[in-house]
Amino acid sequence: MYASLTRFPGDMFADFEALQRQVEQLLGNRGWPSSIRAAERGAFPAINMGVTNDAIEIYAFAPGIDMGKLEVSVDRGVLTIAGERARDLPQESDKVSVYADERFSGSFRRAVSLPEDADSSRIEATYRDGILRMRVPKRESAKPRRIEVKD
Amino acid sequence: MDMTRPNAQRDSNVAEPALVPPVDVLENEAGITVKADLPGVSKESLSIRVDGETLAIEGQVSLGEAANLEAVYAEVRNAQYKRSFVLSRDLDTSRIDATMKNGVLTLTVPKLEQAKPRRIAVRAE
Repeated sequence: MYASLTRFPGDMFADFEALQRQVEQLLGNRGWPSSIRAAERGAFPAINMGVTNDAIEIYAFAPGIDMGKLEVSVDRGVLTIAGERARDLPQESDKVSVYADERFSGSFRRAVSLPEDADSSRIEATYRDGILRMRVPKRESAKPRRIEVKD
Repeated sequence: MDMTRPNAQRDSNVAEPALVPPVDVLENEAGITVKADLPGVSKESLSIRVDGETLAIEGQVSLGEAANLEAVYAEVRNAQYKRSFVLSRDLDTSRIDATMKNGVLTLTVPKLEQAKPRRIAVRAE
């Protein structure tokens, strides 16, 4: 009855992603060097990382997480994000039908290796709109500075 | 700098590609509930539109990022989410309820009163 609601326009992209995965497997993902700790496509949470002049910024796309179940730790330059996301869907019964079950549930763990100039003793983490933002300051000595030219 | 687009090549002629958010869809006697993962989308940058029988969800990602940020690694490469659904006539699109919490959108679309299940009496001839 609700076939119209389960036939997603996104399926085209899913097909394309499957194709892309096959191509990556065939080519051994050449020409696109990836981090040794990079997870497979679609891992939860997705991670973006960037640098500014004085810090390394890491963003984990982790919506709907109970703060109490979120754990950020750092050990020898490796930042680990771990936690658990509860399953939102009820059991299917004669009163409840589930048409799509795409959202991640269960426990997760992802690791990011921090650059050498990161000062891992001063990591700040905030959680807003489902994004866990971690800011790792750079060591003072690693910050760009201006060198005076003397006469 | 836009963190989600490492090699920002802006071309106004090309529609910006969008991410397809994962969803859970369930139906019970009251109606249909859709949950969508939209991390980075605030209540203000979310748009939900109903046009005829089409329900469209669109959201703009904002990371609250620092200025002068240079992306070094990115798994999320678009700054927009888009997904749409075709609803059916037994749903009451005038009473859709939407809430946003920690980047998860919960949409409930109730059924029209006359569409709710009822027992049909079988008469004996």
